[in-house]
Amino acid sequence: MSIWVGKATRLLVQGLTGREGTFHALACRDYGTQVVAGVTPGKGGTIHEGIPVFDTVADAVKATGADASMIFVPPPFAADAIVEAADAGVAVIACITEGIPINDMLRARAVLDRIAASGRGVRLIGPNCPGIITPGECKIGIMPGRIHKPGAVGVISRSGTLTYEAVDQLTRLGLGQSTVIGIGGDPVNGTNFIDCLKAFKDDAGTEAVVLIGEIGGMAEEEAACWVAGNFRKPVVSFIAGQTAPPGRRMGHAGAIIAGGKGTAAEKMKALEAAGIGVVRSPADIGRKVKEMLGR
Amino acid sequence: MKVHEYQAKALLARFGVAVPRGEVTDSPSDAREIAKRLGGRAVVKAQIHAGGRGKGGGVKLAKDPEEVHDLAKKILGMTLVTPQTGPAGRVVHKVLVEEALDIARELYLGITLDRSRGLPVMMASRSGGMEIEEVAAKDPEAIVREAIDPSTGMFPYQARRLAFALGLTGESFKKGVAFMQALFRAYVETDASLAEINPLLVTKQGDVLALDAKMNFDDNALFRHPEIREMRDLSEEDPLEVEASRFGLNYIKLDGNVGCMVNGAGLAMGTMDLVKLAGGEPANFLDVGGGANEEQVKNAFRIILSDKNVKAVLINIFGGIMRCDIIAKGVVAAVREMGLSIPVVVRLEGTNVDQGKAILRESGLKITPADGLTDAATKVVAAARAAGSATPSRPEWEI
Repeated sequence: MSIWVGKATRLLVQGLTGREGTFHALACRDYGTQVVAGVTPGKGGTIHEGIPVFDTVADAVKATGADASMIFVPPPFAADAIVEAADAGVAVIACITEGIPINDMLRARAVLDRIAASGRGVRLIGPNCPGIITPGECKIGIMPGRIHKPGAVGVISRSGTLTYEAVDQLTRLGLGQSTVIGIGGDPVNGTNFIDCLKAFKDDAGTEAVVLIGEIGGMAEEEAACWVAGNFRKPVVSFIAGQTAPPGRRMGHAGAIIAGGKGTAAEKMKALEAAGIGVVRSPADIGRKVKEMLGR
Repeated sequence: MKVHEYQAKALLARFGVAVPRGEVTDSPSDAREIAKRLGGRAVVKAQIHAGGRGKGGGVKLAKDPEEVHDLAKKILGMTLVTPQTGPAGRVVHKVLVEEALDIARELYLGITLDRSRGLPVMMASRSGGMEIEEVAAKDPEAIVREAIDPSTGMFPYQARRLAFALGLTGESFKKGVAFMQALFRAYVETDASLAEINPLLVTKQGDVLALDAKMNFDDNALFRHPEIREMRDLSEEDPLEVEASRFGLNYIKLDGNVGCMVNGAGLAMGTMDLVKLAGGEPANFLDVGGGANEEQVKNAFRIILSDKNVKAVLINIFGGIMRCDIIAKGVVAAVREMGLSIPVVVRLEGTNVDQGKAILRESGLKITPADGLTDAATKVVAAARAAGSATPSRPEWEI
């Protein structure tokens, strides 16, 4: 079992014909994902690496029935690509692009919120994220597929490589994953921790959740608050940036301690208070899950 | 990206935000002439990016142009130490000479992104001159907030609510409302991430002006603001960080002695945390990125080693898209070119890990391999400690 993406998912790739887009689209297809279309304005009607290319997302959806999109469009045009996918009725949009202006994202979010309010489901994952994967079924993103293994641990993370680290530990301990979601390192994003936790709560195939946070913002505190009142499955968490200095942006646009807020210590305290198993070292994530699952 | 006060004020003025008359200069005699044009009495303000300049002696009131000259002479070239600069301080290269105004009240106005609500929020408080974090901690009720949708702009009623909360009346009320709306327009249209007016001044004549102004900008939006990008002052940034950014590397210098080279921002932070847990102190944050090539790895290594505090280096790579053999080749090339005088611990995992390890082993270089995160951190901290306590003639790690 899994959430949001699986065997039936039909993926289109916005920015398919670029170098990154091509490389990762093929890696997704090799993993077993149904990559049904590409979108590059001006290249509609051509075939790229065996994948039909369309001028617009709407054309691609109409012709192929695509219901998910992976975006590799350069930052100045990426928010536009997100809105185009949402407008065309794509249900799951994973935006890999890093470096989208905040104001562009605020505008895109306003459109997504409006669509969601109208009752049509639309889910943005990212931006600035590795994507989403349901092991053995569907990979949408840039994560290395082979470290994953089908199973019952859900993983949610603001980071990329740190997620791979956690997944690798789980797999080595024999703990497979239901679905792994990178929600991205930007201050304004789509799907948040709580959205993922709600879905994992309802997913019978998920027995435990790993939540990887980092400094900046209040998303971990909000997730802790929600878990305390609503979530009964075991949760293990690591917060990166315990040694990060205040006022400095640590790589990710959203990873900054501003005005004394967003420290790792505050987040860890909130998570612990919610009964979450917080580990100090990223090396202990897998072990802690095993312990909390009693295996 | 940060800019100086004088640059922020020039930008704000373009949007109709009221600012005091003034000019910037790097020469005391110019400062005297500016003061004459302003009518004699003037304030001389050191232009550095850090706040708290007044406390450090970087903001002075002068009664006439001669005193402006003397103060400018004193402030220009001085190393200004404020609570925000750290003990090393910052050298002052420019001063802003501004008209001296009759202060009736000092208020606070700021705009930044509220990440939880996903909207910019304008904050107002009557405690001008105080750090907003301090006000928030002592008396959170004293801060009034108004979330604003950038696509509609700030409605007049929102500005009125804040102006009433600040206790503005009469002409000052009208001017305050106009000030806030102009400030919000400036914030959105310049892609700012912070606009802070502290203090917001109400003069005895009822005018409302930005006595100080601080603006930060969204780095990701600078491509559409070439004139703001031009305002970047490299002398305000760490030279190693500037150099790293030229190679597309994300590097932040810290105070410890364990150099770190990692792929991915989250894992880079996690690696710093590991070093600390093992009893060491990280010397830097460095993310070589997801698709680094041999050349970038070489430059990353060189930049880490140019920090003289570094006593040992930890290379921690989880190869997803990044291949471990590429990293290994880059490390070997860098060490061959630069020589190696300090211990290097390498932990490789992921794509092509066996080839990567073989390249390091067969290089004949004294590179310590590590198995797993904890082993890597323990080894590098021990190495840094041994190197730190060694006599000046400590053994070289020869190739």
